[in-house]
Amino acid sequence: MSDISFVRKDMLPPKEPPASEVGVLGWLKVNLFSTWLNSLLSVVALAFVSMVIYKLLSWALVPTWHAKSLSECREIFAALGKDGHNSAACWGVIRDRWPQLLFGFYPNGAEEGVSDQRWRPVLDLLLLGVAMAPVLFSEKVPRKLIYFTYVYPFIMPWLLWGGPIWTPICIAAGFVIAYVVYRVLGNIFGSLVGLVAAVATALVWWLFLSGPIASGLASILPIGLEPVASRQFGGMMLSITIGVVAIACSLPLGILLALGRQSDLLIVKSLCVGFIEFIRGVPLITLLFVASTLLNIFMPPGTNFDIIMRVIIMATLFASAYMAEVIRGGLAALPKGQYEGADSLGLDYWQAQRLIIMPQALKISIPGIVSTFIGLFKDTTLVSVIGLLDPLGLTNAIRADAAWNGVVWELYGFIAFMFFVCCFSMSRYSMYLERKLQTGHR
Amino acid sequence: MNKSVFFGALTVAGLAAGASAAGTLDDVKARDKLNCGVTTGLVGFAAPNANGEWEGFDVAVCRAVAAAVLGDSTKIEFVPTTGKTRFTALASGEIDLLARNTTWTFSRDVDLKFTFVGVNYYDGQGFIVPKELGVSSAKELDGATVCIQTGTTTELNLADFFRTNNISYEPVPIETNAEGQQQFLAGACDTYTTDASGLAATRATFDDPSAYVILPEIISKEPLGPLVRHGDDEWGDVVRWTLNALIAAEELGVTSANLAEMASGTNNPEINRLLGTEGNLGEMLGLDADWAAKALAVGGNYGEVFAKNIGENTPIGLARGLNAQWTDGGLMYAPPFR
Repeated sequence: MSDISFVRKDMLPPKEPPASEVGVLGWLKVNLFSTWLNSLLSVVALAFVSMVIYKLLSWALVPTWHAKSLSECREIFAALGKDGHNSAACWGVIRDRWPQLLFGFYPNGAEEGVSDQRWRPVLDLLLLGVAMAPVLFSEKVPRKLIYFTYVYPFIMPWLLWGGPIWTPICIAAGFVIAYVVYRVLGNIFGSLVGLVAAVATALVWWLFLSGPIASGLASILPIGLEPVASRQFGGMMLSITIGVVAIACSLPLGILLALGRQSDLLIVKSLCVGFIEFIRGVPLITLLFVASTLLNIFMPPGTNFDIIMRVIIMATLFASAYMAEVIRGGLAALPKGQYEGADSLGLDYWQAQRLIIMPQALKISIPGIVSTFIGLFKDTTLVSVIGLLDPLGLTNAIRADAAWNGVVWELYGFIAFMFFVCCFSMSRYSMYLERKLQTGHR
Repeated sequence: MNKSVFFGALTVAGLAAGASAAGTLDDVKARDKLNCGVTTGLVGFAAPNANGEWEGFDVAVCRAVAAAVLGDSTKIEFVPTTGKTRFTALASGEIDLLARNTTWTFSRDVDLKFTFVGVNYYDGQGFIVPKELGVSSAKELDGATVCIQTGTTTELNLADFFRTNNISYEPVPIETNAEGQQQFLAGACDTYTTDASGLAATRATFDDPSAYVILPEIISKEPLGPLVRHGDDEWGDVVRWTLNALIAAEELGVTSANLAEMASGTNNPEINRLLGTEGNLGEMLGLDADWAAKALAVGGNYGEVFAKNIGENTPIGLARGLNAQWTDGGLMYAPPFR
């Protein structure tokens, strides 16, 4: 055997791919310049994008943060060689008014005799994060934290509206009393009697007893916060208050309505269908007008039914009708076998819903539910048409200051940014939740 | 915490006893707070400053009334109202007084059952055009595009004006004043029309105000004034005469600078009656004798309030015009304090 061979005996080592096929260059070639048409479009798009960015930056990057008025901004523009009505941004308005855009008319220490109370909404928001953690990130926080979540609904309004601490304690006591009555009477007479009696006692307590007891306690031990009227709420804080309360209340209400709509009980079913179809058939703005003007006329003169409370109720009802339909979609997507499986295990209706149906139906509906939340949060800006000064309503009020009349884009940009932060984080959370609950059914 | 927040929902059915039919004046005194309806923001007339305190020409009326009735111009709850909610807010008793540059018209007075207690600003609808358009009279606007706020009386006035002059126009509907400014600046319309005070305020915001002119024609009458509910004449009198006190004080030369001096007594019996050192006018109204002095102490007389909020030295720069005292050829004429 000679050493001569007619074919190669050993493999050549693999070569580096050509520089034009990998890395940045390769990516560019494949994605942007694959054909002459694509190349042309890429160049045009690049030119357009850089032009927009250049214009935007030259508009936004101006040293106007300390300007006291629009005319002062204009002087700065003129010194920079820019002229025209919107040649550059006048950020002084944001420096001057950002506390107002965030807190509205919440006491800021400017009024005599009332100290700066703005730590309360801030603390409230931080506590909201703590209270939501056990619900949103259940596997990452201690389980005991859920008790704080139960207490939070009583702390939140107390921090925002102030007043003696006894009022929320007495309200909470109503729930404790109802629970005790339910356990005691329920064990003796059965759960239905227990339930009815519990609700009745709680109502009697709230309507007739808790008020006098709370004021009695307040006169003995006056512990409390400076009361803040609803009219002083405004800005982002108002939007978040309405949004959070309405979101938190609309999910359980929506679940109940969705179940009611699927129920075999005729009265329950027709009530739920009627409610959902009525609410969905009416624009939110109509409901807000009802809340702000019609209710005033129907109620006896002198009744003080808080305007923010009215708006929150209307927003909750509105969102819950949409929520019900989103969840019904989730229920409809479940295979019938799941219901039959639950029955075959001998679970009763509520057990089956809690353990089998709802976990799956809600998981399916997550994108729809979060969309409804985001929509509801953005809808809170509609309250400006009934004279509540949410961020959008405040832009008008701020422009009515002679110093800032004519400022438009800066204010709207700032508000858009705040809303984007809130809505984008909700959206990212929903994607996280979907990944976490992914159990491989697709 | 505010109990109404919690119990409000439970008491919808009216479990709370309705207030007895006491007069508004007694209600305000009992509440120790005046609920005053203002706009959600209009340059010079009502706007919150950076600290959240309301300021402006209409706000000054609210403050004067609060000072006259309660002795303290800060005992007010300002209720921002929109064009859509203002009348129900007043009719339902949510506010005691509406000072929201509202035009006094027949149907609002008679049909909506309100009482206009006077006029604090005589306004009228005008036009603003760029100077380069070369128009010197509104009658030359044939075929022009006009930016106009929809759903307001200005829209109807505009149609009337063009019809009576037999010329045509093309409306560009807008929703708010801010939108109007932007559209007009962007050249979406040849002219922008709204109340003349609003036009002056708008023009003041422009980069180069001298490039725009406000045409001389005023095509409508817009007497703006505070109003109260029909049928409570005692309260109506309080607001009416507080406004009259501001106007009369200017005529009589009572200013915030010389108020203290004049309140100790002068040779002019009318000033003495106004400031309560003579006669019992305050008692007739159900107020303290020095009610007018307290109202004047807030921001001075009508002329001072005008000068401070919308006068020629402010960015808005409105001349007194029709709003001068009758002695100076204007329409401001307070009935005698006797």
